[in-house]
Amino acid sequence: MPVTLTSPHTTGAQTVGRVMAWVLAALIPGAVVLIASFSWGYGINLVLAIATALLAEALMLKLRGRPVGFFLKDLSAVVTAALLALALPPLAPWWLTVLGVLVAIVFTKHLFGGLGHNPFNPAMVAYALLLVSFPMLMTTRWANPDLSLSIVETLGIIFSGVQPIDGVTGATPLDVYKTDVDRLVAAEILQSPVFGNFVAKGWDIANLAFLFGGVFLLYKRIITWHIPVSLLAGLGLMALLFSWDADLRTPLSLHLLGGATMLAAFFIATDPVSAATSNKGKLVYGFGIGVLIYLIRTWGNYPDAVAFAVLLMNFTAPFIDHYTRPRVYGQSKAVKGFKHDG
Amino acid sequence: MNASALIKTVPAHRFHGGVHPPEHKVESSETPIEAMPLPSLLILPLAMHTGIPADPVVKPGKSVCKGEMLAEAVGGISASVHAPTSGRVVAIEDRVIPHESGLKVPCILIEADGEDAWRSRHAWPDWQQRPMDELLSRLRNNGVVGLGGAGFPTDVKYRNKHKPIHTLLINAAECEPYITADDRLMRERAEEILKGAQVALHLLGAETLLLGIEDNKPQALAAIKQAAELLHQPLQVCVVPTKYPSGGERQLIELTTGQEVPAGGLPSDLGLVCQNPGTLAQIYRAVVKDEPLISRITTLTGGAIERPGNYEILIGTPIETVLNHVGAHLKQADRVIMGGPMMGFALPSIDAPLIKTTNCLLVPTRKELPRPMPDNPCIRCGHCEQVCPAGLLPQQLLWAAKHRDLESAQLHSIDACIECGACAWVCPSQIPLVQYYRYAKGEIRQENEEYIKAERARARFEARQARLEKEKQEKEARRKARAEAAAKAQAKKKAEGAGDTAQDDAIKDALARAQAKKQGKTDTANETSLADLEKALELAASKVKKANERLVAAEQDAPDMANALRKAVTKLEEKHQQAQKALDEARNKEPSA
Ligand code: SF4
Ligand code: SF4
Repeated sequence: MPVTLTSPHTTGAQTVGRVMAWVLAALIPGAVVLIASFSWGYGINLVLAIATALLAEALMLKLRGRPVGFFLKDLSAVVTAALLALALPPLAPWWLTVLGVLVAIVFTKHLFGGLGHNPFNPAMVAYALLLVSFPMLMTTRWANPDLSLSIVETLGIIFSGVQPIDGVTGATPLDVYKTDVDRLVAAEILQSPVFGNFVAKGWDIANLAFLFGGVFLLYKRIITWHIPVSLLAGLGLMALLFSWDADLRTPLSLHLLGGATMLAAFFIATDPVSAATSNKGKLVYGFGIGVLIYLIRTWGNYPDAVAFAVLLMNFTAPFIDHYTRPRVYGQSKAVKGFKHDG
Repeated sequence: MNASALIKTVPAHRFHGGVHPPEHKVESSETPIEAMPLPSLLILPLAMHTGIPADPVVKPGKSVCKGEMLAEAVGGISASVHAPTSGRVVAIEDRVIPHESGLKVPCILIEADGEDAWRSRHAWPDWQQRPMDELLSRLRNNGVVGLGGAGFPTDVKYRNKHKPIHTLLINAAECEPYITADDRLMRERAEEILKGAQVALHLLGAETLLLGIEDNKPQALAAIKQAAELLHQPLQVCVVPTKYPSGGERQLIELTTGQEVPAGGLPSDLGLVCQNPGTLAQIYRAVVKDEPLISRITTLTGGAIERPGNYEILIGTPIETVLNHVGAHLKQADRVIMGGPMMGFALPSIDAPLIKTTNCLLVPTRKELPRPMPDNPCIRCGHCEQVCPAGLLPQQLLWAAKHRDLESAQLHSIDACIECGACAWVCPSQIPLVQYYRYAKGEIRQENEEYIKAERARARFEARQARLEKEKQEKEARRKARAEAAAKAQAKKKAEGAGDTAQDDAIKDALARAQAKKQGKTDTANETSLADLEKALELAASKVKKANERLVAAEQDAPDMANALRKAVTKLEEKHQQAQKALDEARNKEPSA
């Protein structure tokens, strides 16, 4: 009768599947806003990406001899796919999304050992690779919030390869501001319809919706505050230092509510697998991403910089870990570095 | 006398992390302590405590009274064992004991005669007038050990204080789910607990009595306060929020004093001694009433038990008997846990007896505590880190343990892990984290032992090498000297030719004889000192061995003590090496044959 089972004999109710489900739930408000203000393309991409991800995940699990049903239930592939779909331009051709998901799931996740073993954020690796390989598609297929297409027309653009007519697509506000600031002053730049009445038409509400979802995750204790807060602080500090003159550089408001900032702060940078470990480490890591986002957005060649900033900090995460171990109970100071003395 | 003058409330501090597992206390906490009927057979392991097993002083066939000593404590850390009731010793044989290993160890078997007749007892109402030593012997001879944790002999705890103690902390947090033995004891026998505390304060020379109690035991707190008033015992009370593991010794010290026990140190480094209510009550019984530790309060609970509650049970009662008495449906359960669900262990067999440290027997139904689900990989979500009371990074420890990277495990201070299981409790991947840590700790311990062994072998080898080298050089020197002398003699002979050699020879002979005599004397002198040295070496070696044995025992159940012991072992080993060296040197001086 009695079997040898060791303590603890009980566990809490949390499972990986549940954690991922909460993350997906928290993405819903942002996704709805994106679809409503820009394009059905986000919705179509979400479905397409998730389906591809599940197939790819199942295939890879099978090839690697892992229990397929058990791991599909953890929903981690779905989260990766959803993040990528929400980050890609909504009117990109279908194969771009599929290719991105395959890169994320097959190469970045499974070839590194599957769930929990990827040193890099899969969605961001895919995004960066697509951006480098298909810069045109990745920058010209953003939807114009003032001219929304029907679901059928959107499907046509995504799947049939027809070129969207002029006016359907448009540059992102971050892009517009960056190109225009060289020759115009702020007041003139903001005449452009992409900025709308508040900060950046459509984007501002979407960012607030992602912020809302993120706060929900904090409340549910799925994530801790360290990465989002330090990321926003890093970005904010840089913007205050270098963007105080809106006539010279993109202002703080646009940095915070313009691009994929909130999505990055609460959902992408917080991917625990590839982030720094300790609370202190997370502060350094998040701050680094924030600073890099500003640097790349301002002086780099790409309008948005989340993917590169996150990937660069992924590189540094193991190093950060060595120097940010918490002080352990009873120790007078934390053990730092690579050597053990004792 | 008003309440505020005697009883002072001190504010609670905080500790990092912690979790809130379902408490499941009311199942057992609401009925009074009930005595369990006398069993027919009692099984008393010689080792129910941390340290050296007790040495039997009875033979099979002997009739014993209740409370009579069956086995006495031997050596530094040990506790004696007593007959829980009157009867006859039927055997001394190996029986399975409540330990994860399922090992069989020597036990004394008593057949109860049903009389339950006490041996003569000598109460000491005047205990305060007795010398310390007598009080401590009373503890030792009555087999008192810590009833909460690993069963560390109480007299040793009081004897070995290397720092002045100012505070006795009563650990009444009882944070493990399900367990209510201390809660019930405080409600019903608060006075005994405080009288025991008075004895302990006296033994420690401490002034402050501090009670650390979780806020889910208001009735117990009220009872203790009332008893303190009655006994005019000044008391500081610190009510801590209900959070697991607030009853961990180190956590409770942090909660009640805001101080941390230094890494590798003991609470006494802070001038504190921690004791749980059950042990204090037993101290009172042993010292004042001369009653040995032969029974204890145990919580019997879990969904598969019909009549859960707290029972006063004789030590040595077979667990099966205990479970039958309360109506345990073993078919509904797939394990019987000794201790709580967070830190207890599944009994390998219910043939084992209840021992001094059995604070709870938990028989959960399968639905209540399901078998573990297959685990996912670590997703590094960090939930474990947020709850670790030791401030560790459990996910990094897991990584290190999984990859057998002991260096990294030590970098992440694995030795500070108290195995509370909070990390595993929150882990969404359901990883049995504590199991990994135990494995890694075991590996590290083994590696350390191997290291020590290798170091010892190396030292021996080097010493031998040096000795051989020295001997060779000396031989060489002597050979040279002889050759020179011979050459000189030859030259002299040649030069002198055949002179008055007869006289010369006579003198030479005399000189040689004198020399030889001298040599002989030094030889014997050398021998005696050699014998001494050899004896010293043997002594040192046996000391090292004994200390090592104690260390191994302590490492199993008293990691606190283990650290101190480890230091002692290193010191003894140094001494051993010195003795070896001295002996080697002496041998070198000896003229080679
Ligand atoms: S809680 Fe479990 S999954 Fe999360 S980081 Fe810790 S060990 Fe990994
Ligand atoms: S078992 Fe060890 S690592 Fe886990 S929470 Fe407790 S002290 Fe921390």
